Amino acid sequence: MPQPTHQPLAQPMFDTDELVLNMGPQHPSTHGVLRVVLRLDGERVVDADVVIGYLHRGIEKLSEARDYTQIILLTDRMDYVAAATNNLGYVETVEKMMGLEVPRRAQYLRTILSELQRIASHLVWLGTHAMDIGATTVFLYAFRERELILDLFEEFCGARLTYNSMRIGGLPQDIPPGWDKKVREFCDIIETKVPEYETLLTHNRIWLERTRNIGVISGADATAIGLSGPPLRASGVVRDIRKAEPYAAYREFEFDIPIGSRGDTYDRYLVRIEEFYQSVRIIRQALDGLPEGPVIGKVPRLIKPPAGETYHAIEAPKGELGYFIASDGKSLSPYRFRVRPPSFCNLQALRALVRGHLVADVVAIIGTLDIVLGEVDR
Amino acid sequence: MAEEKTQTPPTPPDPPPPPDAVVPPFLAALQEALPGAVEQVSYFVGDWTLIVDRERLLDVARWLRDEASARFDFCSDVTATDWPSRSQRFDVIYCLYSILHRHRVRVKVRAGEEDPVASVTGIWPAANWLEREVFDMFGVRFSGHPDLRRVLMPEEWQGHPQRKDYPLEGPGELMIEDPGEWLKLKADAKVADIE
Repeated sequence: MPQPTHQPLAQPMFDTDELVLNMGPQHPSTHGVLRVVLRLDGERVVDADVVIGYLHRGIEKLSEARDYTQIILLTDRMDYVAAATNNLGYVETVEKMMGLEVPRRAQYLRTILSELQRIASHLVWLGTHAMDIGATTVFLYAFRERELILDLFEEFCGARLTYNSMRIGGLPQDIPPGWDKKVREFCDIIETKVPEYETLLTHNRIWLERTRNIGVISGADATAIGLSGPPLRASGVVRDIRKAEPYAAYREFEFDIPIGSRGDTYDRYLVRIEEFYQSVRIIRQALDGLPEGPVIGKVPRLIKPPAGETYHAIEAPKGELGYFIASDGKSLSPYRFRVRPPSFCNLQALRALVRGHLVADVVAIIGTLDIVLGEVDR
Repeated sequence: MAEEKTQTPPTPPDPPPPPDAVVPPFLAALQEALPGAVEQVSYFVGDWTLIVDRERLLDVARWLRDEASARFDFCSDVTATDWPSRSQRFDVIYCLYSILHRHRVRVKVRAGEEDPVASVTGIWPAANWLEREVFDMFGVRFSGHPDLRRVLMPEEWQGHPQRKDYPLEGPGELMIEDPGEWLKLKADAKVADIE
């Protein structure tokens, strides 16, 4: 009786080549219109190509045809979940060029506005990041508190998203009566709510499994690739522009810079959670010491900076937000207007971070970098 | 539309440092270590700019990163400005920062339309996308760049939008029909507005 032979197949039954998977630009967890082309070996990511530009509106080119005051409104449209810090970076750059004096009350209020904005931006990050990973509840909680900040901004300047809330030389108007009391109430609320988010996530087994050792980057690599803001600090690099090159009124307040040690997604989460408390600390100090006086300084009727070029950076919620402006000294619009968007430079690290991880982790890593495509593409 | 009101200035404003400006120590050390590499030093509202010989950009960049008194380990930004009436029309500008010393400097090189600029991605990997953007928007060629593709504009796009001779309104539907023709039309006839 002949034995059945089990010869190996001449061709393997399954194709074991690398698979190219397209993710986006219309994908719910890419935070807008980001496209990532992944090369996969099974579930593992071998390489990734990041394709951006779907939201490019040419803000830099457009600004060369607008006068200096009109550009404030264009800056709102970049990082649209943190419009006030965008405004601040821009007006400070023009003030630096023109040597304008900003009244102390305006400096304090700017600091309060940008810290409120930092909390709002981090709440959007927390909600969407957690939802990407599968924790839907946090999203609803975070947006509930963000609503309170939007109300505060609405009361201050009438808008809820694109604030146009700063002017060259100061602020468009003083705060409405009783606004500072409402900010204090908000500080009390957020201080009780952040621990609530933490009970949902910080010691949650699933959260730990999904974020620990995911997207690890060392401090030296993070610096070299140009990460800034919380992702850089989570890798253990002490760098916060609010401390290193103080702007607005940050010089006068006490606050700590939270840093991480492992540089993974979980550390980036912890750093941002701690920043909630530090922002509240800054807001309280600013409200306590809020000086009286005007909110806008002496500003010439025509904004026409002298001929020269300058670069000025601030610590936006997402990292170093820099403006480079070249003026020819004759025209009423900048000769060259350039934005160094933190999201663009942080997104550059995505390729290095996702290598070797599973497809599901790509979503977690995009979330942890906290990008806004309006700012990446401008 | 009366758009022709502004004539582009011939040269960038690079004001020389005032006599009372305190020169940062690394600057003197750089001029000693690499004599002749820094062609000009400029100072404006507290910012130092070094205008560097294009051929020696990499030497200067490496020195600025590694030298103990400079330590510019963080490349904040790479950008460019366009001065069309100058023979070397582009200024490529590198904004550098030192996390250790907390100081900044800008390095500037001049390049014509055909001149390649050495890529600094080997020194600061952060420059990768930033140089791609300069290439995309201005058409400056970076030699030695690992991946010089457009980054914001579509790959098949014609022209470089941030150049001063690229009109603000863009090509519109002509872009789809014949983009090259449109750019030539704009350059030759200086048509203010094409319907």
